[in-house]
Amino acid sequence: MISYIAGRLASLVISLLVASIVIFVVIEVVPGDPAQFMLGLNAQPDTLAALREQLGLDQPAFARYVAWILGMLQGDFGISYTYRTPVSELVLQRIGVSLPLAALSLLLTVVIAFPAGIVSAARRNSMADVSIMGATQLGIALPNFWFAIILVWIFAVTLRWFPAGGFPGWDKGFWLGMKGLLLPAIALALPQASILARITRSSLLDTLNEDYMRTARAKGLTRRQALWGHAVRNALIPVLTIVGLQFAFLLAGAIIIENVFYLPGLGRLIFQGITQRDLITVKSVVMLLVFAVIFVNFLVDLAYVAVDPRLRRRA
Amino acid sequence: MALTALIIVAALVSFVWTPYHFAAQDIPNKLQGLSADHWFGTDQYGRDVFSQILVGARTSMGVALVAVGVGIGLGVPLGLFAAAMRGSLVDEIVMRGNDLIFAFPALLIAILITSVFGPGAINAIIAIGIFNVPVFARLTRGAALSLWTREFILAARAAGKGRARISFEHILPNITNLLIVQGTIQFSLGILAEAALAYVGLGAQPPIPSWGKMLADAQTLVALAPHLAIFPGVAIILTVLGLNLLGDGLRDVLDPRLRRER
Amino acid sequence: MSLLEIENLSLSIGRLPILKSVDLEIAAGEVLGLVGESGSGKSMTALTVMQLLPIAARASGRVTFDGIDILSASEETMNRLRGDDMGMVFQEPMTALNPVKTIGEQVAEGIRLHTGAGRAEAEERARRILDRVGLPESKFPLTRFPHELSGGQRQRVVIAIACALKPKLLIADEPTTALDVVLQKQILELLRSLVEEDRMGLLLISHDLAVVADMADRIAIMRYGEIVETGETARTLSEQVHPYTRQLAEASVHVPERRRFVAPAAASRPSPAGMPSQGESPPPLLEVRDVSKDYPLRRTALFGPSPKFRAVDRVSFTLAAGQSKALVGRSGCGKSTLARMILALDRVTEGAIVFEGDDLARRSEHELRTARRHMQVVFQDPYGSFNPRHTVERLVSEPLHLADRKPTRAERRDMVAAALEEVGLSPSDMDKYPHEFSGGQRQRLSIARAIITRPKLIVADEPVSALDVSIRAQILDLFADLNQRLGVAYLFITHDLTVARAITDEVLVMHDGRLVEEGDTQRVFDDPRSEAAKALVAAAPDLERAIAHRLAKVG
Repeated sequence: MISYIAGRLASLVISLLVASIVIFVVIEVVPGDPAQFMLGLNAQPDTLAALREQLGLDQPAFARYVAWILGMLQGDFGISYTYRTPVSELVLQRIGVSLPLAALSLLLTVVIAFPAGIVSAARRNSMADVSIMGATQLGIALPNFWFAIILVWIFAVTLRWFPAGGFPGWDKGFWLGMKGLLLPAIALALPQASILARITRSSLLDTLNEDYMRTARAKGLTRRQALWGHAVRNALIPVLTIVGLQFAFLLAGAIIIENVFYLPGLGRLIFQGITQRDLITVKSVVMLLVFAVIFVNFLVDLAYVAVDPRLRRRA
Repeated sequence: MALTALIIVAALVSFVWTPYHFAAQDIPNKLQGLSADHWFGTDQYGRDVFSQILVGARTSMGVALVAVGVGIGLGVPLGLFAAAMRGSLVDEIVMRGNDLIFAFPALLIAILITSVFGPGAINAIIAIGIFNVPVFARLTRGAALSLWTREFILAARAAGKGRARISFEHILPNITNLLIVQGTIQFSLGILAEAALAYVGLGAQPPIPSWGKMLADAQTLVALAPHLAIFPGVAIILTVLGLNLLGDGLRDVLDPRLRRER
Repeated sequence: MSLLEIENLSLSIGRLPILKSVDLEIAAGEVLGLVGESGSGKSMTALTVMQLLPIAARASGRVTFDGIDILSASEETMNRLRGDDMGMVFQEPMTALNPVKTIGEQVAEGIRLHTGAGRAEAEERARRILDRVGLPESKFPLTRFPHELSGGQRQRVVIAIACALKPKLLIADEPTTALDVVLQKQILELLRSLVEEDRMGLLLISHDLAVVADMADRIAIMRYGEIVETGETARTLSEQVHPYTRQLAEASVHVPERRRFVAPAAASRPSPAGMPSQGESPPPLLEVRDVSKDYPLRRTALFGPSPKFRAVDRVSFTLAAGQSKALVGRSGCGKSTLARMILALDRVTEGAIVFEGDDLARRSEHELRTARRHMQVVFQDPYGSFNPRHTVERLVSEPLHLADRKPTRAERRDMVAAALEEVGLSPSDMDKYPHEFSGGQRQRLSIARAIITRPKLIVADEPVSALDVSIRAQILDLFADLNQRLGVAYLFITHDLTVARAITDEVLVMHDGRLVEEGDTQRVFDDPRSEAAKALVAAAPDLERAIAHRLAKVG
């Protein structure tokens, strides 16, 4: 098992390394001249020169790359060109929004999906199953930003139960802050929950077909006891990886949703960075998000070992 | 399945005919609701929404379709290759590469790519296509691997056939079903992705209509003219739904036929 | 009163009739053997008793267990009976246990459920029953997981679960079919001792007449959902009143007619230049010389060589043209690995495989073509052997691609037609798909594919173990026939000695990768010398011996 964890850790580091290289290449190398790219075509030559110097473009790419990595490891993410403040500060501000949003979405997703998937599989082909499956079909087809717009229209504009956008800030009170996050979280969660529900259902159906379920019934377990005692736990194991992957989707989806709701989160930061060509910010924040995704997947891999004894020891 | 047929027909129709030229503006008539003249109403420039939806279908489906093509064209051979060379360095590299691409939040990178390289339909295709490749590669490799151990493959090897030949003659035909089903899924995902990209302004550029862009425009006007937000959204939903149903239907049709053995 | 009484049981699933007027009875402490080929309905009968049928099943008639009417019993009643008064053991030990729970948990679960015992007490009882089935705690702590156990051990756990609460009736549905012959004997002995000790009734379901003859006091034979004959084992099997009984019994011991292979005598060849021949025989068709195969294991240390697992250890033997030899051994002894190396589907680590004078181990894929043409293979699984999307013509003609001159379409069809006829099928089958054929017919297709290039050697890996007994006899006949007519040599890989005895001249016994005994088949049977051979022979169920044994007990 130690070797498994070590292997996964090595994988983690390598992935991060390669990811960082890719990001660096795409952002700094490909546009040709980053400074030109950032300032646009009408830039004055001296502003260009100043920026070039600031970015350290006189140095070879490799040196810049190393400097960037070292900087990040020390917590220095550079200075945002648009905001003229350290990116790390910007990040810290935004995390207070993005992290709770992601957490809330994930929570909602799981809370909706698991029961739906389990009920659906346990009562296969019943009214409940069919309607749940129908609902999830719809849920998958939903573009989350459209759903967000509709939610805003119904709940914010028409009913005025929730704010239509913006974030009041945590200092104004926990519940107020949550209210600001609820609609976005729902918009994010619904399509994901639909996917997760279907996967849970199919995993559970597969598990119910396994031979050891037959053994369990032959022991005298009722259908319900067999379901909860044996099937559900086994079925959830493969579903774990999906949850990890969904985290990546949530992060990506958050970019768009944060835009719809004008939430001052990381996604919005990146997006503004991209539109304003603030490559410094974009570079580091993207790296941060990618790190988060890779790390979460790593955690999922670890969780796998805890949950599935087959991985613990080779017989 | 009927739904998909409807959408496909609509898209095809859009190639041939639209009630009004989609770009034709008609300012005095702007922001009208549904009417006999304009079935879905008009937008803030007086353009006919219905026509826009139809042509938008073309954009969305076109982008998504080509992206799927890219995914299959690159992903499947990679997957077959990796499976045929199981355990070797090549296989490792392909798998690691796959995992790596999966680690990136797709939309994020798509946004990144399209913004760095410039918005537009072609770049959107590339960006979405890149994410289709590992999906197909992984699927192909997985299915191929499980087939390689089957006895009929051993028989082919005993008959002296080489790996490439076996991959082509035996493995590929047996995974076509899986590919078709996955293809419809990726197609529908592609449409959602294209809409998302268009929403943030990075997809096909105006004046070419795109459902996502229509939604973006509609957002600020939602209180005034909800129909602008509803129709493109519903169009997306119906298309994706139709495709997913098609995929499910295909899966049911194609599988049992093979498995209905004695 | 009998423990279990089944009267006039009819069962249908949807619109498909499965069982028709089945009558059975088992007394306490009695072993009833239920024999039938696939599709006969024997498993369904067992599932009816346990009421574990699929939802769409409709049963009529009466099933009485210990005075309780099963067919009208409530689910609650059934849940109480299952695992407590009746237990069931299934065929596939590898998948019968929940992989994420320890064996202790799984055994204790049933105990806790039925007796309301506390954790510690249930564990103690679990410990005892596991010990009883041959898995003592010292070697198999309760915290073991199923994947850490072998197939045979897992089956013991399943038996422990079923017998933990001393059921009155144990139903065993093909409990040993997935195990090799020696393990089979052990498991059957375990069952027998449990029956004797606790006076359990045992319903033993099997397709293997010899196994049942050995174990059962009474026997019931099923076909197409009906009971064909019932009665006391020895009498039923020796008298063979019903034609189907006779057919089964004969098929079980069937030995195809064949001329025994005689090595070409030296004297029959005229010696060149008038020199007296000195016992020179022609070079063997296949010569395996000191062949070994190593598999690398996971690295345990960072530096130094990684540990290896020696699957095949310096095996040597020869095979003459037209000769038929069997490679026998328990599962995992290396016989399949060796077969793959002979077929050049796997590389040897050491040694040489000389086929028709040419060392295959040193040849490239391209150079192997001629060799492959003369050496073909028949596999075990008639269902997996074919690409489901190809027509029979394409499948059977696959090896033709090795020919130097590719046959034209017409020629190919002719050759396929000829091959199909040789194996007892008709040329019109050429355009059908594999799923349109039965298991036995598919095996014939495999053989057709194997002979189409007129090979000198056919390697057959467990070619009949997946087939029903009557079909098995037919296929063995086919092999014998082809051997006579085409003079093709065989290397049979099998763990079933009866097959080896039926159709081979000599047998090679393997154990742990080494060749431990070799010799004339009959001789090895009658007088095994090595430990491994002795174990195999002792474990092999022998129908005639079992019947004789019973008759002696009774009479």
